Amino acid sequence: MKEFEAGCQRPKAQAKPALETAATPVVQKGEQKTMIRVGKPAPEFIAPGFHRGKFVEMNLADYRGKWVMLCFYPGDFTFV
Amino acid sequence: MKLGVEVFSISVDSVFVHKIWNDKELSKMLGGKDVPFAMLSDQSGSIGQLYGVYDEEAGTETRGRFIIDPDGIIQAFEVMTPPVGRNVKETLRQIQAFQLVREAKGTQVTPAGWRPGKKTLKPGPDLVGNVWQEWKVQEAFEE
Repeated sequence: MKEFEAGCQRPKAQAKPALETAATPVVQKGEQKTMIRVGKPAPEFIAPGFHRGKFVEMNLADYRGKWVMLCFYPGDFTFV
Repeated sequence: MKLGVEVFSISVDSVFVHKIWNDKELSKMLGGKDVPFAMLSDQSGSIGQLYGVYDEEAGTETRGRFIIDPDGIIQAFEVMTPPVGRNVKETLRQIQAFQLVREAKGTQVTPAGWRPGKKTLKPGPDLVGNVWQEWKVQEAFEE
Protein backbone atom coordinates (compact mmCIF):
# COMPACT_ATOMS: atom_id res chain seq x y z
CA MET A 1 0.00 0.00 0.00
CA LYS A 2 1.43 3.36 -0.90
CA GLU A 3 1.10 6.36 1.32
CA PHE A 4 -0.68 9.50 0.17
CA GLU A 5 -0.78 13.09 1.35
CA ALA A 6 -4.09 13.97 2.90
CA GLY A 7 -5.57 17.14 1.45
CA CYS A 8 -8.96 18.77 1.31
CA GLN A 9 -9.93 16.89 -1.78
CA ARG A 10 -11.84 13.82 -0.81
CA PRO A 11 -9.86 10.69 -1.66
CA LYS A 12 -11.85 8.61 -4.09
CA ALA A 13 -12.51 4.94 -3.69
CA GLN A 14 -12.53 3.30 -7.07
CA ALA A 15 -14.71 0.35 -7.68
CA LYS A 16 -13.50 -1.67 -10.60
CA PRO A 17 -16.16 -3.89 -12.13
CA ALA A 18 -14.85 -7.36 -12.89
CA LEU A 19 -15.15 -6.92 -16.64
CA GLU A 20 -13.43 -3.64 -16.87
CA THR A 21 -13.26 -1.65 -20.05
CA ALA A 22 -10.53 0.96 -20.21
CA ALA A 23 -12.49 3.86 -18.79
CA THR A 24 -15.35 2.84 -16.58
CA PRO A 25 -14.47 4.61 -13.36
CA VAL A 26 -17.72 4.92 -11.50
CA VAL A 27 -20.42 2.44 -10.70
CA GLN A 28 -23.70 3.91 -11.87
CA LYS A 29 -26.39 4.19 -9.26
CA GLY A 30 -29.25 1.80 -9.61
CA GLU A 31 -27.67 -0.10 -12.45
CA GLN A 32 -25.27 -2.11 -10.37
CA LYS A 33 -26.31 -5.70 -10.14
CA THR A 34 -24.96 -7.73 -7.30
CA MET A 35 -22.93 -10.53 -8.79
CA ILE A 36 -21.27 -11.81 -5.68
CA ARG A 37 -20.97 -15.55 -5.71
CA VAL A 38 -18.70 -17.94 -3.91
CA GLY A 39 -16.26 -19.59 -6.28
CA LYS A 40 -16.21 -16.45 -8.48
CA PRO A 41 -13.64 -13.63 -8.58
CA ALA A 42 -13.88 -10.90 -5.95
CA PRO A 43 -14.70 -7.53 -7.56
CA GLU A 44 -11.57 -5.44 -7.82
CA PHE A 45 -11.25 -2.01 -6.26
CA ILE A 46 -8.83 0.62 -5.09
CA ALA A 47 -9.58 2.39 -1.82
CA PRO A 48 -7.97 4.96 0.47
CA GLY A 49 -7.33 3.81 3.99
CA PHE A 50 -5.77 4.54 7.35
CA HIS A 51 -3.09 2.18 8.59
CA ARG A 52 -0.86 2.64 11.63
CA GLY A 53 -0.76 6.41 11.53
CA LYS A 54 -0.57 6.81 7.74
CA PHE A 55 -3.00 7.40 4.94
CA VAL A 56 -2.55 4.70 2.33
CA GLU A 57 -4.03 3.50 -0.93
CA MET A 58 -5.02 -0.14 -1.13
CA ASN A 59 -5.47 -2.00 -4.40
CA LEU A 60 -7.06 -5.41 -3.99
CA ALA A 61 -5.21 -6.66 -7.06
CA ASP A 62 -1.91 -6.27 -5.16
CA TYR A 63 -2.97 -9.08 -2.84
CA ARG A 64 -3.04 -11.89 -5.36
CA GLY A 65 -1.12 -14.76 -3.83
CA LYS A 66 -2.43 -13.97 -0.36
CA TRP A 67 -5.51 -14.79 1.62
CA VAL A 68 -7.63 -11.70 2.21
CA MET A 69 -10.43 -11.02 4.63
CA LEU A 70 -12.54 -8.00 3.83
CA CYS A 71 -14.97 -6.81 6.50
CA PHE A 72 -17.63 -4.21 5.79
CA TYR A 73 -19.30 -2.59 8.79
CA PRO A 74 -21.93 0.08 9.37
CA GLY A 75 -19.73 2.84 10.69
CA ASP A 76 -17.01 4.13 12.96
CA PHE A 77 -18.13 4.89 16.51
CA THR A 78 -21.12 2.60 16.23
CA PHE A 79 -21.38 0.14 19.04
CA VAL A 80 -21.04 -3.43 17.89
CA MET B 1 -1.76 -18.84 15.60
CA LYS B 2 -0.69 -17.25 12.36
CA LEU B 3 -2.83 -17.81 9.31
CA GLY B 4 -1.16 -15.42 6.89
CA VAL B 5 -4.33 -13.51 6.08
CA GLU B 6 -4.41 -9.84 5.08
CA VAL B 7 -7.28 -8.19 6.93
CA PHE B 8 -9.07 -5.03 5.83
CA SER B 9 -12.05 -3.28 7.34
CA ILE B 10 -14.13 -0.98 5.18
CA SER B 11 -16.95 1.48 5.79
CA VAL B 12 -18.35 4.69 4.35
CA ASP B 13 -16.42 6.76 6.89
CA SER B 14 -13.57 8.96 5.70
CA VAL B 15 -9.94 8.07 6.41
CA PHE B 16 -9.92 11.03 8.79
CA VAL B 17 -12.71 9.56 10.87
CA HIS B 18 -10.90 6.20 10.81
CA LYS B 19 -7.84 7.93 12.25
CA ILE B 20 -9.79 9.56 15.06
CA TRP B 21 -11.67 6.34 15.84
CA ASN B 22 -8.33 4.52 16.04
CA ASP B 23 -6.72 7.24 18.14
CA LYS B 24 -9.59 8.02 20.51
CA GLU B 25 -11.30 4.71 21.04
CA LEU B 26 -9.98 1.56 19.37
CA SER B 27 -6.40 1.99 20.52
CA LYS B 28 -7.74 2.08 24.07
CA MET B 29 -9.28 -1.34 23.51
CA LEU B 30 -5.90 -2.51 22.22
CA GLY B 31 -3.79 -1.44 25.16
CA GLY B 32 -2.52 1.66 23.43
CA LYS B 33 -1.64 -0.02 20.14
CA ASP B 34 -2.94 0.98 16.72
CA VAL B 35 -5.49 -1.10 14.87
CA PRO B 36 -3.22 -3.64 13.14
CA PHE B 37 -5.03 -3.72 9.78
CA ALA B 38 -5.80 -1.02 7.23
CA MET B 39 -9.16 0.65 7.70
CA LEU B 40 -10.46 1.40 4.21
CA SER B 41 -12.84 4.15 3.17
CA ASP B 42 -15.70 3.78 0.67
CA GLN B 43 -17.44 7.12 1.00
CA SER B 44 -19.52 6.74 -2.15
CA GLY B 45 -20.59 3.22 -1.24
CA SER B 46 -19.47 2.08 -4.69
CA ILE B 47 -17.34 -0.78 -3.39
CA GLY B 48 -20.14 -1.84 -1.07
CA GLN B 49 -22.49 -1.88 -4.04
CA LEU B 50 -20.12 -4.16 -5.93
CA TYR B 51 -20.12 -6.55 -2.99
CA GLY B 52 -23.87 -6.31 -2.43
CA VAL B 53 -23.59 -4.84 1.05
CA TYR B 54 -24.42 -1.16 0.50
CA ASP B 55 -27.73 -0.04 2.00
CA GLU B 56 -28.85 2.91 -0.14
CA GLU B 57 -31.55 3.97 2.30
CA ALA B 58 -29.24 4.10 5.29
CA GLY B 59 -26.22 5.27 3.28
CA THR B 60 -24.08 2.74 5.12
CA GLU B 61 -22.74 -0.74 4.64
CA THR B 62 -24.07 -3.87 6.27
CA ARG B 63 -21.88 -6.31 8.15
CA GLY B 64 -20.42 -8.22 5.22
CA ARG B 65 -17.38 -10.46 5.59
CA PHE B 66 -15.61 -11.95 2.58
CA ILE B 67 -12.87 -14.56 2.52
CA ILE B 68 -10.84 -14.23 -0.70
CA ASP B 69 -8.28 -16.88 -1.67
CA PRO B 70 -4.81 -16.31 -3.21
CA ASP B 71 -6.33 -16.54 -6.70
CA GLY B 72 -8.73 -13.69 -5.92
CA ILE B 73 -11.71 -16.03 -5.67
CA ILE B 74 -14.38 -15.48 -3.03
CA GLN B 75 -14.52 -18.67 -1.00
CA ALA B 76 -17.03 -17.54 1.62
CA PHE B 77 -19.09 -14.60 2.71
CA GLU B 78 -21.45 -13.72 5.52
CA VAL B 79 -23.67 -10.65 5.63
CA MET B 80 -25.60 -9.48 8.67
CA THR B 81 -27.72 -6.49 9.62
CA PRO B 82 -25.92 -4.05 11.92
CA PRO B 83 -27.04 -4.90 15.47
CA VAL B 84 -25.43 -8.34 15.69
CA GLY B 85 -21.66 -8.65 15.86
CA ARG B 86 -19.57 -11.31 14.15
CA ASN B 87 -18.14 -14.51 15.56
CA VAL B 88 -14.44 -14.11 14.88
CA LYS B 89 -13.67 -17.68 15.94
CA GLU B 90 -16.01 -19.01 13.28
CA THR B 91 -14.31 -16.86 10.65
CA LEU B 92 -10.90 -18.20 11.73
CA ARG B 93 -12.26 -21.74 11.58
CA GLN B 94 -13.48 -21.19 8.03
CA ILE B 95 -10.15 -19.73 6.93
CA GLN B 96 -8.32 -22.73 8.41
CA ALA B 97 -10.70 -25.10 6.65
CA PHE B 98 -10.32 -23.36 3.29
CA GLN B 99 -6.54 -23.31 3.68
CA LEU B 100 -6.50 -27.03 4.47
CA VAL B 101 -8.71 -27.90 1.51
CA ARG B 102 -6.60 -25.77 -0.82
CA GLU B 103 -3.35 -27.33 0.34
CA ALA B 104 -4.82 -30.81 0.01
CA LYS B 105 -5.78 -29.98 -3.60
CA GLY B 106 -9.18 -31.59 -3.30
CA THR B 107 -8.05 -34.80 -1.60
CA GLN B 108 -9.61 -33.76 1.71
CA VAL B 109 -12.84 -32.03 2.68
CA THR B 110 -14.02 -30.78 6.07
CA PRO B 111 -17.33 -32.12 7.37
CA ALA B 112 -19.80 -30.09 9.44
CA GLY B 113 -18.37 -29.07 12.78
CA TRP B 114 -14.79 -29.58 11.64
CA ARG B 115 -12.11 -27.62 13.41
CA PRO B 116 -8.33 -28.01 13.37
CA GLY B 117 -7.33 -31.40 14.71
CA LYS B 118 -10.62 -33.04 13.85
CA LYS B 119 -10.98 -35.63 11.14
CA THR B 120 -11.35 -34.66 7.50
CA LEU B 121 -13.01 -36.81 4.86
CA LYS B 122 -11.27 -38.14 1.76
CA PRO B 123 -13.68 -38.06 -1.14
CA GLY B 124 -13.54 -41.01 -3.53
CA PRO B 125 -15.48 -44.00 -4.76
CA ASP B 126 -15.14 -45.87 -1.46
CA LEU B 127 -16.70 -43.04 0.50
CA VAL B 128 -19.86 -42.91 -1.60
CA GLY B 129 -22.73 -44.10 0.57
CA ASN B 130 -20.32 -44.73 3.46
CA VAL B 131 -20.04 -41.35 5.12
CA TRP B 132 -22.22 -42.70 7.94
CA GLN B 133 -19.36 -45.02 8.86
CA GLU B 134 -16.72 -42.30 8.78
CA TRP B 135 -18.59 -39.42 10.37
CA LYS B 136 -21.22 -39.29 13.11
CA VAL B 137 -23.86 -36.58 13.45
CA GLN B 138 -22.73 -35.76 16.98
CA GLU B 139 -19.33 -34.71 15.59
CA ALA B 140 -21.05 -31.62 14.18
CA PHE B 141 -21.66 -30.48 17.76
CA GLU B 142 -18.37 -31.51 19.36
CA GLU B 143 -15.55 -29.12 20.04
